Amino acid sequence: MTNLYIFIEFVLLGLLASGLSALIALSFVLVYKGTHVVNFAAGEVMMLGAYLYYTGAVVLQLHPAAALFISLVGISLVSVAIEAFVLRPLAGQPTISILMATIGMASLLHGSVEIIWGQSPLETPALLPRFPVNWGEVMIPGAAIGNFVISSLLIAAVVTFFRFTQTGIEMRATASDPVTAASLGVDIRAAQRMTWILAGLTGTLAGTLIVSSGSVSPALASVALSVFSVVILGGLDSVTGVILASLIVGVLESLTVGYIDGKMRDVFPYVVVLAVLVVRPFGLSGTHEIERL
Amino acid sequence: MNTPIVALDLVVRDIALAFGGIRALRGVSMKAPAGKITAVIGPNGAGKTSLFNTISGFYRPNSGRVILGGTDITDAAVHARAGMGLARTFQNVALFSGLSVLENIKLGGHHLINGNPLAAICGLSSSRQAEMALRAEVEQRVIDFLELDNVRHKPVEALSHGLQKRVELARGLAMRPSVLLLDEPVAGMNREETEDMARYILDVQEEWGVTVVIVEHDMGLVMDISHHVAVLNFGELIAQGPPSQVASDPEVIKAYLGSETSAVCA
Amino acid sequence: MRTGVFFENYGAEEQLWDSQTAKTMMAVFVVALYLLPLWGSDYMVAMACIVGIHLIAVMGLNITTGSAGLISLSQAAFMGVGCYAVSWFARWGIPFWLALPMAGLLAALIGMVVGLPSLRVKGMYFAIATLAAHFVLSFLFREWTPVTGGPGGVNIPAANFFGIELVGDHRMFYPIYICVLLLGLAAANITRSYVGRAFIAVRDRDISAEILGVNLLRYKVLAFMLGSFYAGVAGGLLGYFYGAITAEYFTFGLSVFYVAAIIVGGLGRVLGSVLGAVFMTFVPESLRLMSSALSGSIPSLANLLLPMGQVVFGILIIIFLIFEPRGLAQMWARVRRAFHLWPFRT
Repeated sequence: MTNLYIFIEFVLLGLLASGLSALIALSFVLVYKGTHVVNFAAGEVMMLGAYLYYTGAVVLQLHPAAALFISLVGISLVSVAIEAFVLRPLAGQPTISILMATIGMASLLHGSVEIIWGQSPLETPALLPRFPVNWGEVMIPGAAIGNFVISSLLIAAVVTFFRFTQTGIEMRATASDPVTAASLGVDIRAAQRMTWILAGLTGTLAGTLIVSSGSVSPALASVALSVFSVVILGGLDSVTGVILASLIVGVLESLTVGYIDGKMRDVFPYVVVLAVLVVRPFGLSGTHEIERL
Repeated sequence: MNTPIVALDLVVRDIALAFGGIRALRGVSMKAPAGKITAVIGPNGAGKTSLFNTISGFYRPNSGRVILGGTDITDAAVHARAGMGLARTFQNVALFSGLSVLENIKLGGHHLINGNPLAAICGLSSSRQAEMALRAEVEQRVIDFLELDNVRHKPVEALSHGLQKRVELARGLAMRPSVLLLDEPVAGMNREETEDMARYILDVQEEWGVTVVIVEHDMGLVMDISHHVAVLNFGELIAQGPPSQVASDPEVIKAYLGSETSAVCA
Repeated sequence: MRTGVFFENYGAEEQLWDSQTAKTMMAVFVVALYLLPLWGSDYMVAMACIVGIHLIAVMGLNITTGSAGLISLSQAAFMGVGCYAVSWFARWGIPFWLALPMAGLLAALIGMVVGLPSLRVKGMYFAIATLAAHFVLSFLFREWTPVTGGPGGVNIPAANFFGIELVGDHRMFYPIYICVLLLGLAAANITRSYVGRAFIAVRDRDISAEILGVNLLRYKVLAFMLGSFYAGVAGGLLGYFYGAITAEYFTFGLSVFYVAAIIVGGLGRVLGSVLGAVFMTFVPESLRLMSSALSGSIPSLANLLLPMGQVVFGILIIIFLIFEPRGLAQMWARVRRAFHLWPFRT
């Protein structure tokens, strides 16, 4: 029966890990839905947020919650700066220009973080208590459960925000048809700014949760890249798609790492990306784009 | 490269096209006779551009066939239809901003090139000769014909709207088409530009012997130059025939002016 | 428009260098360049070799991304493919002038395998696919020990030209710059032929291109395969140049470096590739020189070279995209135009 328990353990770990990757994927989807741009700098923004948390918690010796607050504020400011200094000037240009601008931003942020904080991992205090949970013969780290619960709550909050609040509806309107939204009185600049801020916040929260169970290092940014597999599988513009995809990818990755080889963890997401592109490029529920001629 | 252009007729039979719940075209059947100018008219949203997009191959109809000169092209890929003799311009000018006027027009001759890309890359003389032949052909037949010689090296973005539309027509002609679809060729033009374009379209049909199908709102242009008119309304074909007959058709009047006014007219 | 320049036939108008002055200057430049090992310092020759290798990779990327608009983040990985391929070909006794194009072909084939599925859909997905391809290839470079030597890397036997061993910067200079010349001419031929026009059409408005009869998938895959071929050759030359290579060389950062080079240099133009490659190679060099000059006062600067380079690349990409999207080539063209009519202004 131990084999079954091992299997269940892997599946559960995978499911729980999916919470965080869904949160990061949400940050991609938000930006894509809002601006039709794939944000290659998402990982770096997330990493910066985690480093700000580290600075608050360790350097300034604040309570973890206060440090988190500071990092969220910091990232909001960075998002506003990005929107104002990089995206706004590039407004009319073709999407490939904007995509390359996000690649440039990623490089810029990555280098800056390494210069300011160095390249070695830095230990961060836990946001949530660390303890293992035993369920019969299956052992799950408590942090994993905590992360999953918090991620789910955050995702639910974001979805509710979009559905039911005035700002959320304005953001959706701007994403779908900026001209009409503007003519109806929506401040599209503010809406787009909010999109980037929200994406930054979700990324930071995910990043902080990740590092709070260990240490922060520049490698954190690559975690976001591996989330591409979730984003592609779920569809670049579908929130439900990425939630579902994160569960699937989480379980598959966990099983692959557990049964085949730990080193596969690094490359597995990218294999998924290529496989999905071959079979079903728009993912589970992404929209086929029909262009107006 | 010197194959003569053969005018073909264009027939659409029972085309039905729906997007989700919206039925853009319902059982449209019409024929554009070979070598003549046919106009497709109708109020906004009647389905004219959808019909063109179906003929071009961007939309696959839910049912019905598109037949070009007797050949059923309904299942052909979009890029294959150029080789079958179908050319098209767009409502919103669709020129390539990274290229000059001449280069844009030369792209019209793309499907006529039989060469190997490798030959072009290595700059082999066969490929250079083909390129020069294309240039000569484009200059003599198209650029002279549409009077674009003094702007041919300019980037297309620098041209006025009217000139851009003319370049698009030139590019379509460079394809040596049998059927030329023009989607609102005079939209946004002033009186003078419209008259120029009308003259060019007539010249194209007479001298080149091409079948021309135009979607237009400018009734003056339609009545003046077309031999055959088809009227769409809400995705259905409501009238088809010579311009004078269509203009006095009560269904057509009702579609454009609304049923209340038809009582006044009668 | 230059005054006094008239052509009597179309062929003359479409030449690569269309005036006697341009041809003479080009000839002088080429001769001076090819004699560099004789009159240049060791440092200059070494830098020139590196610039040459980067230039080939950048020209390839400029075909894929600059002309055809397909954003590729995997150019470094394909260089790696070329490099490892050359190590095997050389071991099998294949002479370098055959091994290099073979390496390019192998890279192009892998490019086809990656491109065929991912080019069927929108450009965004292709960028992500090249990202994925980069990391999968990097993984293989590090882990597939029997083929790539794992983390330890491989050695590449020196190139042999009719008995002369091509070891060292001065000797490798010639194969590198012969490749630069041949591949550069090929890239220029592409831009003025129907292939290059089709690429730009695919980049600007692929729907119109389809109507004109351009088979989108075919041309996109061709553009990507060409870019990969160039990367493969560049990687092969890299292998012969260094004699030994490890997977650490072919990082994602290097792919970003090449993207920055084409943005800074100018998209879709061979001159852009040249300016971009030269400029970008000297950025990390200048940083290195600057940091060693300042090493007295700020000793820790040396460790920060890599991240400083990343910051500078990022800033360059953004600044050029905002202020000079057509790159240095455009600035150069402006300067040239001003000189055409000099001393008159307009």
